[in-house]
Amino acid sequence: MRATARTPDGLIRQDVTVNDAEPLLRLRGIGKSFGPVRALTDINFEIPAGQVTALVGDNGAGKSTLIKTVAGIWEPNGGEIFWQGKQVHFHTPKEATNAGIATVYQDLALCDNLDIVQNMMLGHEDLKVGLLDEIRMEKEAKNTLADLRVTTVRNIRQPVGSLSGGQRQSVAVAKAVMQEAKLVIMDEPTAALGVKQTALILDLIKRLSGRGIAVLVISHNLVDVFQVADRIAVLYLGRLVKEGPKSEFTTDSAVHWITTGTGPTNNGAEAQTTEAQP
Amino acid sequence: MTSVNQDPGPDLVQVGASSDAAADLMASSFSEYLKIVGRRIRSGESGALPVIVGLVAIVIFFQVRDSLFLSALNLVNLMAQCAFIITLGMAEIFVLLLGDIDLAAGFTAACGAVVALWMLALGDPWWAAVIVALAATAAYGALQGIITAKLGLPSFVVTLAGQLGLSGLLLYLISATGSIGVGGVISLHDSIINDIENGYLSPTATWIVMIAVALVAGAILFYGDFRRRSAGLVAPPLSVTLLKVAGVLAAALVVAAVANQNRGRLIVVEGMPWSVLVVLGILFIWTVLLGRTRFGRYVYAIGGNTEAARRAGINVVRIRTLAFMLCGLTAGMTGIIYASNLGSISNGVNGGQNVLNAVAAAVIGGTSLFGGRGKMLHAVLGGLVVGVISNGLELLGLSAAAQLMWTALVLLAAVIVDRITRRGATA
Repeated sequence: MRATARTPDGLIRQDVTVNDAEPLLRLRGIGKSFGPVRALTDINFEIPAGQVTALVGDNGAGKSTLIKTVAGIWEPNGGEIFWQGKQVHFHTPKEATNAGIATVYQDLALCDNLDIVQNMMLGHEDLKVGLLDEIRMEKEAKNTLADLRVTTVRNIRQPVGSLSGGQRQSVAVAKAVMQEAKLVIMDEPTAALGVKQTALILDLIKRLSGRGIAVLVISHNLVDVFQVADRIAVLYLGRLVKEGPKSEFTTDSAVHWITTGTGPTNNGAEAQTTEAQP
Repeated sequence: MTSVNQDPGPDLVQVGASSDAAADLMASSFSEYLKIVGRRIRSGESGALPVIVGLVAIVIFFQVRDSLFLSALNLVNLMAQCAFIITLGMAEIFVLLLGDIDLAAGFTAACGAVVALWMLALGDPWWAAVIVALAATAAYGALQGIITAKLGLPSFVVTLAGQLGLSGLLLYLISATGSIGVGGVISLHDSIINDIENGYLSPTATWIVMIAVALVAGAILFYGDFRRRSAGLVAPPLSVTLLKVAGVLAAALVVAAVANQNRGRLIVVEGMPWSVLVVLGILFIWTVLLGRTRFGRYVYAIGGNTEAARRAGINVVRIRTLAFMLCGLTAGMTGIIYASNLGSISNGVNGGQNVLNAVAAAVIGGTSLFGGRGKMLHAVLGGLVVGVISNGLELLGLSAAAQLMWTALVLLAAVIVDRITRRGATA
C-alpha cells in the first residue's frame, strides 16, 4: 500500500501520503447488539479521505448505531476499526474526537447563550498569561469561517441562539473543523432546514471535502445525497447491502436498495420497483 | 487545518468585516449604536440599562416623598447597608449561572461570621480569623457542590437541607462558645473588621482612591476596545467606549463627592466607607474570573447547554463543584461584612430571608434563574435596588410588612418585564 503512496516529500507527512491508498477509516466485520436485538451485522465499510460518503437507509436500518459506533459512543460487539491504517478502540467520544473524528449530531451541541467564537473555541480556548485570549480566538474563528466561506453570519460576536438553523449548522461544522477533524460525521444536517439553508449546508459539505476532510453524511433526502455525495452506502436491517461511487446508483435504484435491500435486476427492474413501492 | 490548506481564500476578510455586520452590532457611529441598543432592549438583550433606569426612578420617587433620602448621611448608610446583599447576590450568581441555586448561603454566611468572631474573641489576629472563616465556608460550599454535581441531585433540595442544617449549626456553634456568646450574641471585638462597615477613608484618600479606581477601570475598558479595534475585530465605536469611560468616572466622582460631605451633627463625619472598596474589589476579581478565564467560560457553557459542554470535553462535575465552592467563599465574605455592619452576630440571623433577598437582587439585576445569563455587576445593581427600596420605605415610616411586600412586587415586576421582552425575542 505504501508503494503507491510514495511522493517526493513523503518523508515529512507520511501519515497523509499513506492516506492516498489506505482509506481514512476502515470498518471490518463490525457488529453491534443491544441485548437480543442485532442492530448491526458484519459491516465492512471504507471512508476515503477528502470524499463525501452518504449513509442512507430506512428508519431502523442502523445508520445512527453505525455512526455512534464510529464516534466512540458505543463499542462494537465484534469486528475491527482501522483509523489511518491503524487499529483503534474508541472507548469514549473524547477519544474519537482527539483522533480527529468529529460528529455533528442533530442537536448540534451548541450553547445558545455563547457567541459564535465562544462556541467554536469551547473546550479549546487560547490563553495568554492565564486569561482568555479573545483577540486570538476571534481571529482564528474568523479565518476558519472565511475558509469555509461561511459569510452569512452578520457578526461573529452574536449569540448562537440568534442564528438561523443553517447558520447554526455551519457553526457546528466550523467548530469541528477548528478542532482539526479529519473526518466529520453529520447526522441529518439538512433535515430541519429550508431550501436556501440546505443549499448553504450542501455547499459547506463540498468545501470540507475540498479541504481534504472526509465527510460522512446521514440523510433521508436522496436529492441532497445525489447532489453532494461522492460515494453512497446503503444500510438495510443492520447490514451494508450496497456501497460504491455515486455513478453506480440512480435515484430509483437507490430507493430500491433502501426499501428492499436488493438491487433492481436488469430484466425485471421496473416490475420489481413498482412491487416494492406499495 | 494547516496540512490541507490549499485554498487560496481570496475573500478571507469577508466574515467579520462585511457591510452587513457593520450595520448591526458593529455600529460605526454613535447614532447607529443607539439604534442597535434600542433594538436589543426590545428583543430582551437589554443589559443593565432598564435596571439603572428603574433605580433612578425609585430614587426620584423616594426623594420626592422624603427629602432626607438623598442626604449624604442616608446615602452613605445605604452604601453600607447594601454591601452584604450585594456580596451575597454575587455568591448566588456563581450558581445561578449554572441554573442552580444555593438556599443555604445566608446561613453559610452567618456560620462563617460566627467562626470569625469566635476566633477574634479568643484573641486571634483578624487575618487568621478571616482566612479560617472563608476556608470553612468555601469547604462547605464545595461539599454542597460535590453532592449536587456528583450525584446529580437538584441543588434546590440539597441546599434546602443545607439551610436547615446550617441554621441548626448556627444555634449549636453560638451556644458552644459558652461565655463568649452570651444570650446568643457574639460581639465583634476587632477594629479592622469593624471598620469594613463603620470606618471611613479620609476625604483626600476618598478622592484619590475613587479617581484611581475610575481611571484604572476606564483604562481597562478603553484599552480592551482599542486592542480589538486595532486588530480589526468586532468592537464598539470609539464614541461608545468614551461614553462608558465617562460613565464610570462620573459614578466614581459622585460617590466620592457624596461620601465626602460632612454628615455629622455634632462632630465632623466624612469620607467613604471601606465597604464600598471591599465590594468593588470583590466585583473586580469575580468579574475577571467569570469573563476572562476558562473556568468562567465553562460556567456559562454549562448553564447554557450542559450536554454541549460535556461533549466539548469540559469536566462538568469539577466546574460545578468549584462554582458552589466560590459561592460558599463569597458567602463567607458576606458574613464578615454582615457582622461588621451589626457589630455582632446572633443566633437570630434570618439567613433564609437574606438569601432570598440576594437571589432577588441578582434576578432584578438581570441574571437568569435558568442559567447561562448573568454578570457580577447584576448583583451590585439589583442589590442597590433592594437596598434602596427597604431604606426608602423605612424613611417613609413604613413597617417591615410593607417593605417585604414592596420588595416582592419589584421582584415580580423585574421578572415579568424580563419574560415579556424575552418572549418578544423568540416570537
